[in-house]
Amino acid sequence: MKTSHPLRRYGALLNLAIACGASPLMAAEGTVLATRGGVPLAAHLPVENAIITDAPNVPPPITRRHAAKVVVHIEVREVVKRLADGVEYTFWTFGGGVPGSFIRVREGDFVEFHLNNHPTSKVPHNIDLHAVTGPGGGAASSFTAPGHSSQFSFTAQNPGLYVYHCATAPVPMHIANGMYGMILVEPKDGYPKVDKEFYVMQGEVYTAGRHGEAGLQPFDPAKAEDERAPYIVFNGAVGSLVGDKALQAKVGETVRIYFGVGGPNITSSFHVIGEIFDTVFLEGGVMPSQRHVQTTMVPSGGSTIVDFKVDVPGTYVLVDHSLSRAFNKGALGMLKVTGPENPLIYSGKELDEVYIGQASDAGYAASKREAELMKEREKVIAANPEVTNLTKEIRMERGKKVYMTSCFACHMATGEGMPNIFPPLAKSDFLNADKDRAIKAVLNGLSGPIVVNGKPYNNMMPPQEVSDDQAADVLTYVMNTWGNDHGEVKAADVKRVRAGNK
Amino acid sequence: MKPLARLALILVLTLTVGAPAVRAGETFPPTTAPAGMTFIPAGDYAPLLRTKDEPERTPVAAYWLDIRPVTNAEFLEFVRAHPQWQRSRIGPLFGDRAYLADWAGDLELGSAVPADAPVVRVSWFAARAYAKSAGKRLPTTAEWERAASAGFTTPVGASEPGFSGAILAWLGRPTPSPLPAAGAGRPNFHGARDLHGLVWEWVDDFNTAMTTGESRGDTGLERNLFCGAGAVGARDLTDYPAFMRIGMRSSLQANYAVPNVGFRCARALTPPSSDSSLRDSSVALRP
Repeated sequence: MKTSHPLRRYGALLNLAIACGASPLMAAEGTVLATRGGVPLAAHLPVENAIITDAPNVPPPITRRHAAKVVVHIEVREVVKRLADGVEYTFWTFGGGVPGSFIRVREGDFVEFHLNNHPTSKVPHNIDLHAVTGPGGGAASSFTAPGHSSQFSFTAQNPGLYVYHCATAPVPMHIANGMYGMILVEPKDGYPKVDKEFYVMQGEVYTAGRHGEAGLQPFDPAKAEDERAPYIVFNGAVGSLVGDKALQAKVGETVRIYFGVGGPNITSSFHVIGEIFDTVFLEGGVMPSQRHVQTTMVPSGGSTIVDFKVDVPGTYVLVDHSLSRAFNKGALGMLKVTGPENPLIYSGKELDEVYIGQASDAGYAASKREAELMKEREKVIAANPEVTNLTKEIRMERGKKVYMTSCFACHMATGEGMPNIFPPLAKSDFLNADKDRAIKAVLNGLSGPIVVNGKPYNNMMPPQEVSDDQAADVLTYVMNTWGNDHGEVKAADVKRVRAGNK
Repeated sequence: MKPLARLALILVLTLTVGAPAVRAGETFPPTTAPAGMTFIPAGDYAPLLRTKDEPERTPVAAYWLDIRPVTNAEFLEFVRAHPQWQRSRIGPLFGDRAYLADWAGDLELGSAVPADAPVVRVSWFAARAYAKSAGKRLPTTAEWERAASAGFTTPVGASEPGFSGAILAWLGRPTPSPLPAAGAGRPNFHGARDLHGLVWEWVDDFNTAMTTGESRGDTGLERNLFCGAGAVGARDLTDYPAFMRIGMRSSLQANYAVPNVGFRCARALTPPSSDSSLRDSSVALRP
């Protein structure tokens, strides 16, 4: 037996220990239902306690090559847990978490199942394991009042990955409250060996409040009836598989996800963004049913097993590819893969540049024609000063806007300025005397003693953050208002003066 | 007869037959209510689940019902007077290991068990014996459901906004410890308190909860509760609290002592002679 995997080694040791103390009948493969002297052969099987795990962990693979009697204890507890940030919900659980404990047995095992309903539970519960052949899948024998315990046994006759759930009426409420999990019945020869195994289940939560509404949310039966779930989540809560809680793997490892849908109502378009499932064991069966699968459909109350090798590092996002459920309702998890890059498989971003667009041939012709027309228009504009220079009236209106933003606070809306402090612009001899000096005053500011209309001023005007057009417009406005000399300043003038500054 | 006239006649006949006769003792109490009890007028009960042979509505005669569940203090007095029902003396046939397990001793509640909280962890046998010792009995399922179907302000809770939602909200919260006082809840239309929202309550015929004509007495008693099959034949598929109560009752056995199951008592309007209730056989049932 190849036992390179540490968990496998551990399992082998365990089994060895069991085998040493076991009856020789343990080797009787597949004959559990037979009897010897009227006593069911199961009574002679080696006994082991099932190793059960909380999601996303999976118990180690079973390495023994014979049937065993496996004792499973599951405690039903009703607990208040986080559903999303700031949102709590009273979950009904198999084992304290959602989904319930992962149970792993081997085809042909005789399972002694104990369902323990915690004394603080409000209601009775039972369990229907889809791996059980018999009335209610065990539910008929496991209906258990709070503070009580039920026991029943079954032979795991059919290999595969099976959902289990509480089947107490009203069953949609029990399942929506979190009462689902999975049991893996490994085929006698096992599933192909992989490096990492994970346990993920999808389910809906029907809260009275909208998605994200804070506080302890009660169950809303009307929403459940209409299948309008505010939450559709992986492993019982929004964000249960992100950040530090993301699934982890290393480049080159093979990853298996045991994925199930508890429901109670909504199916899953299970997909891992950036990965392709190398193998899908459709509906949790034992045969590799398809290779190279992008998205696999998982029914409510059903499962799938997906295997894939992770080739390049990065974060791979698990989603229900019915994407509003991932984007708006929480059906999203992450697998973080660490290790060396492999640019041959995936390069990362090599180029980022402007892309004009190709569109259809007709669209392409249209954009070519548009570019030609743009050029032509530029020529026409350059040849026609009436187009390039807006008429003075328009320029004055634009200039007024600039004035009322930048100038009026000191020079006042009337252009009168303030006596002895801010010189007037109205009927200003200083302004009209030198157009370039006026432009410079706008661009550079003006400080020191000056005389305007015979009165001395000694103050500081800061430079104005204006464009050539704005400076030209505002000066033109000033020069044509308040009894000034009707001069005109053009953008080219401003440009020239600005250039001369340097 | 013209069709319209025929219809009208049928309507009148239906109404006449269907309307409850207004008589003392059925729609209003015949006497002053016994201490701690309230009058539940005659009415009917529509079972959530029934066989096709059973009527859609079962008439329920008027009766007296305890206003609130029996408290720990009251049950303590009972076991003091009837020692055979004390924790150390009850046998497993009449009360399982959880019987009064939260009490500090046979005759001591302890700090974790408030005297005014409803007594829980009592078996059906013990609840019945208590009732008989008080000259009362446990209500039947029909009586209990009839009383509990009333809202706070109207006889029909289902049509009161928020009534069912409040019950569901209670179902969605874990049982608090210690339990709050019995009788602190808002009285319903009939004056009974805490029928919902405090503890589950034993009823006299709890073990008929899932009985159907075909499966009576067989081990598949609760089969109809599984999964979608639980919905087959149900009166109202949206009445989740009613499903919960049936589920709860059918999960019980008479010797079970469950941490959130208590009880209250009922009494017929005209009780049998007081002698017979005092010479009750169950009270003296203990070996």
